[in-house]
Amino acid sequence: MAYEEVVVKKPLLLRILPFVSVGVFLLLWEWVVVSGIVPSVLLAPPSKVFTLFIDKLSEPNPDGAVLAVHAWTSLQEAFIGYGLSLLVGIPLGLAMGWFKIVEGLARPVFELIRPIPPIAWIPLTVFWFGIGLTGKVFIIWIAGIVPCVINSYVGVRMTQPTLIQMARTYGATDWQIFRQLCIPSALPMVFGALQIALAYCWTNLVGAELLAADTGLGYLITMGGRLGRPDIVVLGMVSVGISGAILGFIIDCLEKKLLAGIRR
Amino acid sequence: MNPSTDEPQLKILCEDINKTFIQKGHIEVPVIRDINLQVAENEFLVVLGPGQCGKSTLLRIIAGLERPDTGYVALDGFPITGPGPDRGVVFQGYMLFAWRTVLGNVEMGLKLRGVPARERRSVARHYIRLVGLEDFENHYPHQLSGGMKQRVGIARAYANSPKVMLLDEPFGQLDAQTRMFMQHETVRIWEQEKRTVIFVTNNIDEALFLADRIILMEGKLPGRIKQEYVVNLPRPRDHEDPGLLKLRTTIAAATELVL
Repeated sequence: MAYEEVVVKKPLLLRILPFVSVGVFLLLWEWVVVSGIVPSVLLAPPSKVFTLFIDKLSEPNPDGAVLAVHAWTSLQEAFIGYGLSLLVGIPLGLAMGWFKIVEGLARPVFELIRPIPPIAWIPLTVFWFGIGLTGKVFIIWIAGIVPCVINSYVGVRMTQPTLIQMARTYGATDWQIFRQLCIPSALPMVFGALQIALAYCWTNLVGAELLAADTGLGYLITMGGRLGRPDIVVLGMVSVGISGAILGFIIDCLEKKLLAGIRR
Repeated sequence: MNPSTDEPQLKILCEDINKTFIQKGHIEVPVIRDINLQVAENEFLVVLGPGQCGKSTLLRIIAGLERPDTGYVALDGFPITGPGPDRGVVFQGYMLFAWRTVLGNVEMGLKLRGVPARERRSVARHYIRLVGLEDFENHYPHQLSGGMKQRVGIARAYANSPKVMLLDEPFGQLDAQTRMFMQHETVRIWEQEKRTVIFVTNNIDEALFLADRIILMEGKLPGRIKQEYVVNLPRPRDHEDPGLLKLRTTIAAATELVL
């Protein structure tokens, strides 16, 4: 019989556990620095990072920009690069999964480029585009496109062969099968790619900024290192972590919404 | 299509069908051997045999999903060269589109052929009502039970108004009780909308309950037709009917493997 979904509420203990774990982690961290187990020139305690965070909201020195500018630069690069990698990678992967010609043409090149770490492109992108936005967008695009292509390709390939045969018994054309069968059944894999590509993009963005940038969260970390300021380094790392987690959360919500109708 | 003759119209003709599969590149596995078969219009034919006897392959050849190595298959006198909407197939797994509602699944074939939305909707609704799912047309497959899913599969095959319905162990995944209920439903649906049916099963009771005629396959590869039985009993049938039980004994005796 058809059924309604039932939501079971988690017990209180399980719901507060995440807060407990983060709290304990912060307290331990504060304690190891304040008690002197780890010297404060090597690591900044969370309280100091928080004070610096408040300062950096309005204070551009010593690294040249306020925190929001760094974050905005990074986000901009990430979004453009991520968007472009989805835009190119997903259709390419889907087409590679179904059309033998596309697979034959695109796959060898893709397999050759795939094992090269995106960061290895940095010197070339500096030659080509300098240290501005375009170069980093290119790196991020390279990073993001790989999971998009692979997941979309595998998603199409995993289409139930019997479903394809069934569509053929209805006289469906290749194109109809691709559009109405392969793409919908590849969607869960494609949505998976959204998350994976975002993670790839974000980590490689920071990597790119460490080497070639004049603003951005990665640049903030590098500057903290050059200035011997562990608090700046940690603030940069925490900002990368938190903004990455927020982005991941947003994509996760989008993914759930989009998947709601097609869940098995 | 000649009502003046008593001879039933020949619908499906299979002549000297042979099929060998190649496994692992070189091992030849003969799957069916010298199959000759004629199915009349609106006949309910059951192909009975254990697993691995080539019966599904025979069905897939008639569906056009496999090409026979030798032999001739025809529908209404025209050779079958590939799959087509004149043969509706109900697969063993439910094979529904998970991202479409019951209605969306049933109208799929019509949509692929470019039937306008309003028309295909009304056709789809007719068959959804026929299989008794009118209250569930906006449900998704994951919200349905196994029996309901296979009703959708039957409605979907009917919606294309095929000349022949090909069912490949459609109730194999259902529990015994649901299976029996679906057999009753199959008879009811078929009596309301007569079609030529080829129904593949490994279940002797299912065969006896449904068939006008039973083709018994040999219990091993390559698949050959071993015997043919005409079941001349009124429907709906009773599993305890003495005539049916007598025939059951005969068929069971002819079967080397326990079905």
